[in-house]
Amino acid sequence: MENYGFKGPIPIILLIIICLPIILLYGWLIISSFATRMEGLKPYGWTLNNWRFLLEKPTFFWQTEEETPNIWVYTFNTLIYSFGITIFTIFICTTAGYAISRLNFRGRRSLLALTIILHSFPSITLLVGIFVVLLFLGLYNRLFGVILVRVSLQLPFGIWIMKGFFDSISWDVEMASLVDGCSRLKTWYKIMLPLVRPGILALSVFTFLSGWGDFLFPYIFIPSKTSQTLSVYLRSLTADVRFVDYGLVTAVGLYYMIPIILLYIFAQKYLLNIYTGGTKG
Amino acid sequence: MMLKIGDGVNPRPKKINWNLFFFLFPAIALIIVFFFIPVFLTFLMSFTNMSTSTGLTGFKVIGFKNYLQILKSQWTLKILKNTLLYVFTTLSLFNVGTALFLAIFSTHISENAGKFVRTLWLLPRITPSVVYATLWTWFTAEAPYGVLTQFLSPFGVTSKNLLYTYPWIFIILINGFVGASFGMLIFTSAIKNIPPDYIMAAQVDGASTLQIIRKVILPMIRWPILFVTTYQTLSLLTSFEYILLTTDGGPGFYTTEVWALYAYHNALSNYYGNTLFGFGAALSVFLVILGIIFSIIYLKVFNFKALISEPKIEV
Repeated sequence: MENYGFKGPIPIILLIIICLPIILLYGWLIISSFATRMEGLKPYGWTLNNWRFLLEKPTFFWQTEEETPNIWVYTFNTLIYSFGITIFTIFICTTAGYAISRLNFRGRRSLLALTIILHSFPSITLLVGIFVVLLFLGLYNRLFGVILVRVSLQLPFGIWIMKGFFDSISWDVEMASLVDGCSRLKTWYKIMLPLVRPGILALSVFTFLSGWGDFLFPYIFIPSKTSQTLSVYLRSLTADVRFVDYGLVTAVGLYYMIPIILLYIFAQKYLLNIYTGGTKG
Repeated sequence: MMLKIGDGVNPRPKKINWNLFFFLFPAIALIIVFFFIPVFLTFLMSFTNMSTSTGLTGFKVIGFKNYLQILKSQWTLKILKNTLLYVFTTLSLFNVGTALFLAIFSTHISENAGKFVRTLWLLPRITPSVVYATLWTWFTAEAPYGVLTQFLSPFGVTSKNLLYTYPWIFIILINGFVGASFGMLIFTSAIKNIPPDYIMAAQVDGASTLQIIRKVILPMIRWPILFVTTYQTLSLLTSFEYILLTTDGGPGFYTTEVWALYAYHNALSNYYGNTLFGFGAALSVFLVILGIIFSIIYLKVFNFKALISEPKIEV
């Protein structure tokens, strides 16, 4: 679109003013992680000491005492958590999305209606019920249990997105494959999945990011220290206001954000489209 | 290939359609276990006195007592007021207001500058909530440390912890800076779809910027505005993560406690150590019902029939 532009500098000035808090917030984060002490945005001397946690010897949760997990345990847990969510979500959404888009079965309409209803349903209101379900299944305090919860809550959105991608593929491709004697399963795997790769990519990046930043579900459902994720660890660092080491907190925070920033830069094209379907805040 | 379930023409015994089973079972199983059963449990538990001390087996059915307690509690009205204040102020000022402002102005400066502004505003949304909350608690900290007090001190604002002195202003700002990007993206794409001729024509006729916004742009994107408003209302009603991470409902008694946070505190984390699953469930029931109502409205708005075209191949 050609920019026809409003006249005068007022729009630019207004935009700068409302963007200023964001720049200050993140500017502070970066400066503080390398500073010995901060007053406002003014650092008093530079140091790499805040990043000392990176020098801790890597151990994994099965080698760790309950009392002393380190940053690598949390990082590893967070990786398992977000990759786990991503893999399950992609598998279940590509199968169910395909079925709703392409297969004719009884109850298809109701299933689609259900997907749309659940898509906008605020699943956070179900915390108490989910808590009891997890206790009952013996999955409380287990990373795997919370992964399943998060996948389920993500499903309606993901199925909906994948259905859209399958819908956009021509029926001729599928007809040809079926006439050639491929089964539905083989057609899905060999023909359709490669064709919806952009959709799979977008959904993966989105799911990975939301899993990586997740706080509430790991916080509530995994009290054990050795299975905690980075977000819960970071929360525990800031919990006691009197003894917060803000140098350390900001360094860990920035470390925690690195994958997000990288993915955001390299996959922004996919994300911008999919965020409009998200349900956060 | 023509195997339709329930097709009476075929005399062979019905077989389980393994294809269909493979494609749908995982999704349906998870949806039942983590959506349907929790909804059902929430309703059931709201009629019991289940809590940490009764455990999952020793509870009693107490009928509507939890609901009566909600009606009688001196805090209910306060929390209801808080919730309305939180939802409608954040929604109008940020999720719709600032979103509109950003969308309109970022599409009318140079393409790259516009993209930069929108990218910047997406940052709070993709930042992990814990990091984002920490940024604000520092931003609003007292004098030698807080960034904001440093900026405001020339204007005679004395050293205070701003988050605890003006909790509502900051709760709304903290949520608003995350919430604005959703509407911003939707409005931006809607505005980009307005044919430029309309705006040029208005400019040729001598319309001012404000007139163009009010008479041309806003009427043409009223449908997206309606969508964002309803969608974000529900989303704000049920979200409490950022409040939990910053003021946790305080300072003092329930100053910034909203309904969803109140339900969470009662059911899963309270100061007295004995969490009341039953009472918390009763509080959640209100939100669950609201959620179902809103979701059904969306289903109607989405124009369901247009979405579901018949598959051209039988299973």
